[in-house]
Amino acid sequence: MKAKIYVTLKKGVLDPQGKVILSSLPNMGIEGVEDVRVGKYMEVVLKDLGREKAQLLLDDACRQLLANTVIEDYRIEINE
Amino acid sequence: MKTAILTFPGSTCDHDASFALKDVMGLDAEFVWHNQSSLEGFDAVVIFGGASYGDYLRPGAIAKLSPVMAAVRRFADGGGPVIGVCNGFQILLESGVLPGAMIVNESLRFVCEDASVKVEADRTPFTRVIAPGKVLRIPVAHRQGNYFADPATLAALEERRQVVFRYCDAKGNVTAASNPNGSVGNIAGICNEAGNVLGMMPHPERRVERELGGTDGKLLFDSMIVWLKEKGK
Repeated sequence: MKAKIYVTLKKGVLDPQGKVILSSLPNMGIEGVEDVRVGKYMEVVLKDLGREKAQLLLDDACRQLLANTVIEDYRIEINE
Repeated sequence: MKTAILTFPGSTCDHDASFALKDVMGLDAEFVWHNQSSLEGFDAVVIFGGASYGDYLRPGAIAKLSPVMAAVRRFADGGGPVIGVCNGFQILLESGVLPGAMIVNESLRFVCEDASVKVEADRTPFTRVIAPGKVLRIPVAHRQGNYFADPATLAALEERRQVVFRYCDAKGNVTAASNPNGSVGNIAGICNEAGNVLGMMPHPERRVERELGGTDGKLLFDSMIVWLKEKGK
């Protein structure tokens, strides 16, 4: 089974990369973008553990390593 | 009096630390590899800079899982003096030994320059002989040194006098212009609640001889020696 993990900066945490991208877009004639936040996207391949077990396992992985919960939020999507 | 210098794959300032501690300070110091699980026989632990594990995922994120970090946690819980500089600070934050986290510098650039820092607290073993208010000139060299903590954590840090160093101008004024990375509250270094663990971005091991640009960094190691002697080490 496969899963997708999205790690994003928490609201209120400054994102210097996002800011620079935001201010660069109008230079290319791309107008109307109001905010950009840069995050991480991970693709994970798992043994066939069943949805519930996979969710628990990945939640643990995110809390312990994949995300720093002081500054980041995470979201797990499991696709069977 | 024996100091452990931790070495991770990707550490680069461990030999600078060894030079500062052994050659300049005349201390007994030994490298301790990341996969060792004991710090038995050591009186102080120093974790210096570099890019442990290539800074993969986040600086310090992989290093915190090393066996030696479990030993560092026990050593710190027992009141032993621990200093983490630059990547060492990042590792202590990722390990949860110190509160908060590092994000990329506001400028998005690697900053490599001399910084002025004001000493805010002499309660740590590494600031024992430095008068609060003193301005030290110590270089910084990092890309992820933008210290972040949520407002509640920050308030607690201030209240418990855990902010040890703040970026300032040459006269000691804490200004936005003197902040090299965007750190909240101009924070350059903090300690744990007990005061025995210090994390800081500037590199004291690079300012231990006049020939190297100054001796302000040496004051931290002088402090450590005085502190250890007071404890009968």
